[in-house]
Amino acid sequence: MNQPLVSLTIDGIAVQAEPGITILKAAQLAGIEIPTICYHDHCTANALCRICVVEVSGARTLVPACVATVQDGMTVYTHSERVQRSRRTILEMLYASVDLSEAPEIQTMAQVYGADPQRFPEAERRTLSPIDDNPMYIRDYAKCILCWRCVQVCAEDAQYTYAINFSGRGYETQISTFFHRPMPETTCVFCGQCVGVCPTGALKPKREWLLEQGYTPEAIMELTRSERRGKKRRANLAA
Amino acid sequence: MLIPERVVPTVCPFCGVGCNLELHVRDGFIYKATSSFDSVVNHGNLCVKGRFGHDFIYHPQRVTVPLMRKKNQRPGERTQAFDLSEWREVSWDEALDYVADRLVEIYQREGSHAMAVYCCAKATNEDNYLLQKMYRALFRTNNVDHCTRLCHAASVVALQMAIGSAAMSNTAAEVIENDVFILTGSNPTENHPIIALQMKAAVRKHGAKLIVVDPRRIEMVDYATLYLPIKPGTDVPVFSAMAHVILKEGLYNRQFIAERTENFEAFAASMEKFTPEYAESVSGVDRNLIIEAARLYATAKNAAIYWALGIPESSHGVANALSLINLALLTGHIGRRGTGLNPLRGQNNVQGASDAGAMPWHYPGYQRVDVEENARRWEQAWNVEPGGLSRQLGLTTTEILSSVGPGGVRTLYIMGENPMMSEPNLNHTRQKMQELEFLVAQDLFINESGAFADVFLPATSWAEKEGTFTNTDRRVQRVRQVIPPRGQSRPDWEIICDLAKRIEKRLGRPTTAYWDYQHPSEILEEMGRYVPEYAGVTYERLEREGGLQTPVWDAQHSGTPFLFAETFPRGRGKFHPLDYTPNAEMPDDDYPFVLSTGRVLEHWHGGTLTRHSWLDDLFPEPLVDIHPGDAARLGIQNGDPVRVTSRRGSIVLRAHVTSKTNPGVVFIPFHFHEAAANLLTHDILDPQAKIPEYKAAVVRVTKARPEELGPRAEPQLRGRY
Repeated sequence: MNQPLVSLTIDGIAVQAEPGITILKAAQLAGIEIPTICYHDHCTANALCRICVVEVSGARTLVPACVATVQDGMTVYTHSERVQRSRRTILEMLYASVDLSEAPEIQTMAQVYGADPQRFPEAERRTLSPIDDNPMYIRDYAKCILCWRCVQVCAEDAQYTYAINFSGRGYETQISTFFHRPMPETTCVFCGQCVGVCPTGALKPKREWLLEQGYTPEAIMELTRSERRGKKRRANLAA
Repeated sequence: MLIPERVVPTVCPFCGVGCNLELHVRDGFIYKATSSFDSVVNHGNLCVKGRFGHDFIYHPQRVTVPLMRKKNQRPGERTQAFDLSEWREVSWDEALDYVADRLVEIYQREGSHAMAVYCCAKATNEDNYLLQKMYRALFRTNNVDHCTRLCHAASVVALQMAIGSAAMSNTAAEVIENDVFILTGSNPTENHPIIALQMKAAVRKHGAKLIVVDPRRIEMVDYATLYLPIKPGTDVPVFSAMAHVILKEGLYNRQFIAERTENFEAFAASMEKFTPEYAESVSGVDRNLIIEAARLYATAKNAAIYWALGIPESSHGVANALSLINLALLTGHIGRRGTGLNPLRGQNNVQGASDAGAMPWHYPGYQRVDVEENARRWEQAWNVEPGGLSRQLGLTTTEILSSVGPGGVRTLYIMGENPMMSEPNLNHTRQKMQELEFLVAQDLFINESGAFADVFLPATSWAEKEGTFTNTDRRVQRVRQVIPPRGQSRPDWEIICDLAKRIEKRLGRPTTAYWDYQHPSEILEEMGRYVPEYAGVTYERLEREGGLQTPVWDAQHSGTPFLFAETFPRGRGKFHPLDYTPNAEMPDDDYPFVLSTGRVLEHWHGGTLTRHSWLDDLFPEPLVDIHPGDAARLGIQNGDPVRVTSRRGSIVLRAHVTSKTNPGVVFIPFHFHEAAANLLTHDILDPQAKIPEYKAAVVRVTKARPEELGPRAEPQLRGRY
């Protein structure tokens, strides 16, 4: 436990850090902020979105700060030109494929990094309609950036329920239940841990969503059971 | 994208875990609940009830105007009125004057023994403190109880006998520090979902070993090192056989026994008969499993025991709980971090309601009513003349109802409880409710009990009032007003104060017990002046420091995360010799199954709240769990309507064929009025704790015709069960 501290330089500042902690944490302790999107303090980090990449002297590629651990003698640049260009491009590609209208933190980031939301006008945006298959929450995967937080809290990061995972490949990749079953037919216990960690409004409590659709609170509370249970379920029963 | 007008931090109103909530509001409508990831209780995690189950506040059937029955109700002819057409809307003045008139008239005619009140484990500490104060100080009766009697009463009695304190000895989050833990009579994935997450993490991430002892193959069995599939009611032989093995193999903690306990010899002698072979013969648990469990528990560095209502809800519930306490004393697994005895409390505020004196034998702070010094202290607190307070032990929840009749209890005041769903043997309960001379219900909905009332007083929900709840690990937390009261509804504490003043005026007593509080913080302050465990709990500190774990001895004391480090409240921990008493009813040819009752994840108790919530869409109808082997023998398929009959009643519901229940045991949740499980349960009580044997009535299961089901909601196909 009492291993000697690791010495490294982050943006020219000499930093002493516990061995084994990530560059992200070490930077935070030194008061240097590295942007994150898929990272969440209470989830396992997977370095999926790559927005937290930093430049490490001597490393061939940029390094994701949320998982890379500090090494003795390391020299880290968190905001070099190469890092900034990379972050800007990641944001522009996200804009090209996902509806980020309910992700204020990513919008702010785009401004900070001068990302152009229209940089890839030819790109095909993911257009998926919201999945309304249960009375508790809706899943609007057009807004999903595949950060994986929801899958992780459904699994070992919190709930141990394993109701959702990735399905499809490449452009078709999406968070889904097994065989795209309606949520009530899965192992889901409707804890909503997934809703609690979603950063882009892709997962949303049903009543919040209904308010956005223009329903008044009174109209929401007058919905019938079958209306509350959702469209997909009804379609499924009819089929 | 909705921007909330306000985000108000508060505490979940459902179970005893006490999860921290943040409620998001627009136009008085709570549309979303989140939780801070920094919360020490739940780390941002919630269950379906806490996350989505708050919509009952806005249910169209909620009553928000005071109501009085149109037709006068007479004892013996009292009827249930669910329809608003049988009630008339009245002003608060009219309703409260009428209640005061009737209560005072009956009190003056019949005396204090005619008065009785059910406090409420869902209401705040302040609400409960005031209601027991009203009945004790004004009507001079100790007939004050609440649903703790139907829940952990036997655990409380046993812990008081052996240790001197009845609360959980640890913080729930400490479970990750256990090397070994026993889980028995508890199904936390459904009933304490957030504690279940911590237990799962303890096993999967921190290497803890779990021993499950339960008649149902609950989800936590998937995480267990050992599973002991016990027959209902054989807890004493199984845990005593573990003690037997620990004694025989010399695995007990000699130093702890010598320094911290008493009565070891008598106890050890009584364990002689509980050989693993004998335990196997009565419990059906393989003797080798019992031996392994004993060794695992005794040789662990830190071990703890968690239990819920499978232990106390029995005609020998006190003995069941003592068999667990004996194990902890024998091995010294108590009084250190990561060890202890933890009865998981059910209701959000059952700990607090008990602390606040909503019990027939105790003033607030567990001060016995039959101890002169205590009575004097509270006489002084409430401006009652010396000798004014009753020194007689009051009636318990179950005794209150069975005493209804001429010369007995004549009137009942129910705050938020629903005995017509939650008492055992409901046919008997119904008869007793009908015999009441006067009944007041203070609630959100006209439930099965409120439907019998003369007057209905519309209370606010937890989101419309200020107060405190005390959770299962003794943590006092702030409940905050999120929205204004709906309609004319009022917070319980305000209703009680208003009514108490009217009663006091009619009684014409020269001094007042004091009812002029401006804010609930003053009520907690009054309680803290006379209850040492709450002396250091103030609203100001709760705002500043978040939750405080009682005992908090003074303004500087930081609270007590785990108990009994140095000593037990009674001094030495006391071993209790035990004998095995079988359940009151044992299966026979006519009634071959044992019925266990309990809760499901999506619902809460009598269903007053959750059946008025969208939660009901997820679990809309009652189901009886039956083992596939038993079902095949009876020719019952999953979803078939079946009739379940006990010696006391009969209900029809759909079968859920599942190996989550063991052969010979059927399980029915008690939330559903369509097929109320408590029509079947047995009202025999534990002689010391007065708790009914909910977990072991014998029943028979037969096929039923679909039309016998009556109108039922369309079933919901679910993967989780």
